[in-house]
Amino acid sequence: MKLLRYLGQYKKFTLIGPVFKLIEAIFELIVPIVTARMIDRGVRTGDIGYVWTMGGILILLGVVGLCSALICQKCGSIASQGFGTNLRNAMYCHINKFSHKEIDKFGTPSLITRMTSDINQLQFAVAMLVRLVIRAPFLAIGAIIMAMMIDLRLAIVFVVATPLIGLVLYLVMSRSVPHFKQIQKKLDRISHLSRESLSGVRVVRAFSNQEQEEQRFVAASEDQTKTAIQVGKLSALLNPLTYTIMNLAVVAIVWFGGFRVESGGMTQGEVIAFVNYMSQTLLALIVVANLVITFTKAFASANRVQEVLDTKTSVSEENQEAITIPNDSHAPKISFEGVCFSYTGKSVSEQEQDALKKLSVEIESGETVGIIGGTGAGKSTLVQLIPRFYDATQGVVKVDGVDVREYSFDQLRAQIGMVPQEAVLFSGTIRSNLLWGQEDATEEQLNRALRIAQAQSFVSQLPDGLDAPVHQGGKNFSGGQRQRLTIARALVGQPKILILDDSSSALDFATDAALRRAIRQETKDMTVIIVSQRAGSIKQADKIIVLDNGAVAGIGTHTELLNECEVYREICLSQMSEEEVNRV
Amino acid sequence: MKKKVLKRLLIYVKPYWGFLFGILLSALINISLTLYAPILIGQAVDHIIGFQNVDHQGMIGTLIVLTGIILLSALFQWVLSHCTNEVAYRTVRDLRVDAYGKINTLPLKYIDGHSHGDVISRIVNDVEQVSEGLLQGITQFFTGIVTIIGTLIFMFTISPIIMLVVVLVTPLSLFVASFIAKFSHKMFVQQQAAQGELSGYIEELISNQKIVKTFRYEKRAQEQFEEINHRLQKVGAKAQFLSSLSNPSTRFVNGVVYAAVAIFGSLCAITGWPTVLTIGQISSFLTYANQYTKPFNEITGVITQVQTAFASAERLFEFLDEEEETADTEDAVVIEKCEGNVEIRDVSFSYEPGTTLLEHMNVSAKKGDRIAIVGPTGCGKTTIINLLLRFYDVQSGQITIDGVDIRTMTRGSLRSLYGMVLQDTWLFAGTVRENIMYGKPDATEEELIQAAKAAYADAFIQRLPNGYDTVIAEDGGNLSQGQRQLLSIARVMLVDPPMLILDEATSSIDTRTELKVQAAFQNMMEGRTSFIVAHRLSTIKEATTILVMEKGRMLEQGTHSQLLQKGGFYANLYNSQFAATE
Repeated sequence: MKLLRYLGQYKKFTLIGPVFKLIEAIFELIVPIVTARMIDRGVRTGDIGYVWTMGGILILLGVVGLCSALICQKCGSIASQGFGTNLRNAMYCHINKFSHKEIDKFGTPSLITRMTSDINQLQFAVAMLVRLVIRAPFLAIGAIIMAMMIDLRLAIVFVVATPLIGLVLYLVMSRSVPHFKQIQKKLDRISHLSRESLSGVRVVRAFSNQEQEEQRFVAASEDQTKTAIQVGKLSALLNPLTYTIMNLAVVAIVWFGGFRVESGGMTQGEVIAFVNYMSQTLLALIVVANLVITFTKAFASANRVQEVLDTKTSVSEENQEAITIPNDSHAPKISFEGVCFSYTGKSVSEQEQDALKKLSVEIESGETVGIIGGTGAGKSTLVQLIPRFYDATQGVVKVDGVDVREYSFDQLRAQIGMVPQEAVLFSGTIRSNLLWGQEDATEEQLNRALRIAQAQSFVSQLPDGLDAPVHQGGKNFSGGQRQRLTIARALVGQPKILILDDSSSALDFATDAALRRAIRQETKDMTVIIVSQRAGSIKQADKIIVLDNGAVAGIGTHTELLNECEVYREICLSQMSEEEVNRV
Repeated sequence: MKKKVLKRLLIYVKPYWGFLFGILLSALINISLTLYAPILIGQAVDHIIGFQNVDHQGMIGTLIVLTGIILLSALFQWVLSHCTNEVAYRTVRDLRVDAYGKINTLPLKYIDGHSHGDVISRIVNDVEQVSEGLLQGITQFFTGIVTIIGTLIFMFTISPIIMLVVVLVTPLSLFVASFIAKFSHKMFVQQQAAQGELSGYIEELISNQKIVKTFRYEKRAQEQFEEINHRLQKVGAKAQFLSSLSNPSTRFVNGVVYAAVAIFGSLCAITGWPTVLTIGQISSFLTYANQYTKPFNEITGVITQVQTAFASAERLFEFLDEEEETADTEDAVVIEKCEGNVEIRDVSFSYEPGTTLLEHMNVSAKKGDRIAIVGPTGCGKTTIINLLLRFYDVQSGQITIDGVDIRTMTRGSLRSLYGMVLQDTWLFAGTVRENIMYGKPDATEEELIQAAKAAYADAFIQRLPNGYDTVIAEDGGNLSQGQRQLLSIARVMLVDPPMLILDEATSSIDTRTELKVQAAFQNMMEGRTSFIVAHRLSTIKEATTILVMEKGRMLEQGTHSQLLQKGGFYANLYNSQFAATE
């Protein structure tokens, strides 16, 4: 309910709306009285003028009712959409502050669902709040009160029937609603199976396993159908049951009403009014039941949204101002001092699961450093600590001798160009992607970056050149082209530190080598960190850091490491022949 | 067009015609009884005349009939929704299974060329839409029309002239309902588009939050997000307002009908012209007038739903009508064993007309040969594999195994001759055991463990929480890339095929296990014809034949030393790895 503050400037609409809705409801209750008068006085006395007057009032009530309803609906849509928009903006802003730890915790698909369907659900609940929350109970209770005012004794029928209808609604819904979740889950499995068959189509066909796959799908479909039919059976009870109770109550009203009329307690017309109020109560109760479902769903959604908003980022920006870096020429460009890191966050140092264990490394300005090691050795983790995607659980990471946590994000990240493992481009054009690196980059800067990244030749061959369209994820470019473009993107901002996180894996050897040569020649004072699985890609680095299971296994040049480091020799020999290894 | 769609849909409904008949029958009974009840109530009330003037005896009969009718009506209402459920859900299942089965018969060209999300959405959402919109929609349509006709008949029996008054107001309710439906539908389409844009935007950015952070793009992203969000707010508010009009407008139209009946009825009662009417009859009319517009509203509401459903059904049938992989010819041979002599003769191929990928290619591989395919990315390496396995068919020339054209074999038997480890390892949600036994479900425990050991996977599998019965998460997320690859190698090892296709198979395996895996591959390749797509020179160097490709053309063919001597493209490629950085 804390979320309601996101109503913000639209709060007034949530108050105006129900007021007008109430006016409409009151008019609705007046209509039968007017009709009764028209018949009692107009028809009985033959007063044609009176009939016309009352008829006019009926129309007038309708028009005024319509107008107030329109105002209410307008308020409802403004308030709910405004609320949703505010909430989405706030949530997106909040997610933008998350470190990767939080994003990993929720998972991207979950964050997206929370931002779209959960907020839509809340939006809908707000609209219902404005439109129906006052109206439905007002009509239900109003009808009962009216009945009691006419005849307290006969109103006992209401006192029995109303809770009974409520009970039926509760029983059926409380039993069927949880099953809807189950159905959804089974539907998810169906779409999962389809996805699997599509992505694994080559394997499925290579093993000629189509039939087996189909059986799995049929089983899942059958399962979902069964549950759906079962739940359907239960929900199908709702309408007949409430209809029966209501109409049996009508029979009771007429039967007992007969005795009341006989004894002079009521009139015939009042019995008819009772019957009308009964049907009004039922309609209103059904609306209330639907509201309960809407709000139960909304509460679940609200919790999921709130959970995101309540999550504090683990990597926080303590200092938002730029700081002056002490002019200490002896300080290494980047240094890791006794760094431990664990993705679970509760690291006790030197634990087996830690991704990094007491790691100390220094990287000088202008150096080219290669980082190599097997899968899970901690290579990517290490470089991700530099731009503070994560914070070290123990120890300090320094840039220019200053703890990275003392920098503002802006100042720290502005000097780092990072090329991630997965070469992702954003939908737009090549230009719009390159401008990510620096918003106001000149044409010349863009071309230079493309040239260094070995991307100029293929970009210039495109019919639209820099303005060639890029589809989501860059799917319209090959893996190698994407990688070169992501490298160019990082180079546009002319960073002081360039981190290539296994980002030339899709390049052939020739292009990879040309790329490294160009980076070296064109950007002499840039510190370059190359993470790779390919020994060939880092052989020529000034310094090679060999990681093994989160710890440093060796630091040195290719030749030094070949002689001293067992792990490094193994890696090299698994990829090249002895002769190639020894050629420098 | 719509007729065709409907006809095809009827074919799917046909097996359940019993339920369909049940729907029609129970709808008719239920509605007639529901409409008859108010008349009985009125008659019962007529027995209550006033003080000490109540005919309880006469009332009992009417009330007993009324109770019976209420119970019967409820029963048929239940039968109605039960039958609707049965037909809808069963048809959905049949449609889905057919749509899914289609995946297995489509040529790879289709699957590669279309977004998987789109195909899945057809199987899941469109089918759902068809069931909700068409099946349940048509039921509602039917009951709506029966209700309208029924109401008119009952009104007619009371007074034809007053019925005319109601009928004259009908166009108004139709007009209002369709007006709202049309405009709100239009706005909903716009809203959907804006919503889609917004979801797309956050999906793209949140899944790449690291890049957003590196480039300090947060502020720019927030601005763009708020811009899209603002547009969504505008159309959203309009769409919601328009659609929320339907209830109040219906009430208004109802009010007008009600007032017209009240005025006209009263005038008739007073003047006796043009017809004579009693007070009781007026009140019956008013009850019907109150119900009269409801079905109109429901029908128009359903119409938009039916339209969306038609669109979905069209998309679904369009998918089902996609051209299938050419079926195996009737006389296609089932090959169970082969020597492994593969001949690619004068083959040309392209994915799209106009851009040729392979031109007049010739390769010959004898039993036990290792054919390495080398070249820059996009050079057409995976294309050869697609052709060998007949994921695609050659456009000219032919491929033979032991002299037999592969187009004369059944696809299933052709593919079972190859063991394949692809670049993207594919594991399905299931246990490790199920994944390894994928190609040979009847393998013994011993064979399973042997295959895992041969692939150097046994050791890490043993360390998993539940060993071979560990469940692999949906995206295989609980295994490293290297481990996933080891499992897919074990999968091939278990089947023990005469020929192999390795697509950069060992490229990202943990370097330290790689030595062992390579050794295992050496053993496996012994005596088997193997096609290897790889960047790794050490693998390539041991090949019998190296095919060097660039831009779809085969540039060179020969052994490592032959090609080095030749000093061509391959030599260049090879030497570039050692080119000095300075």
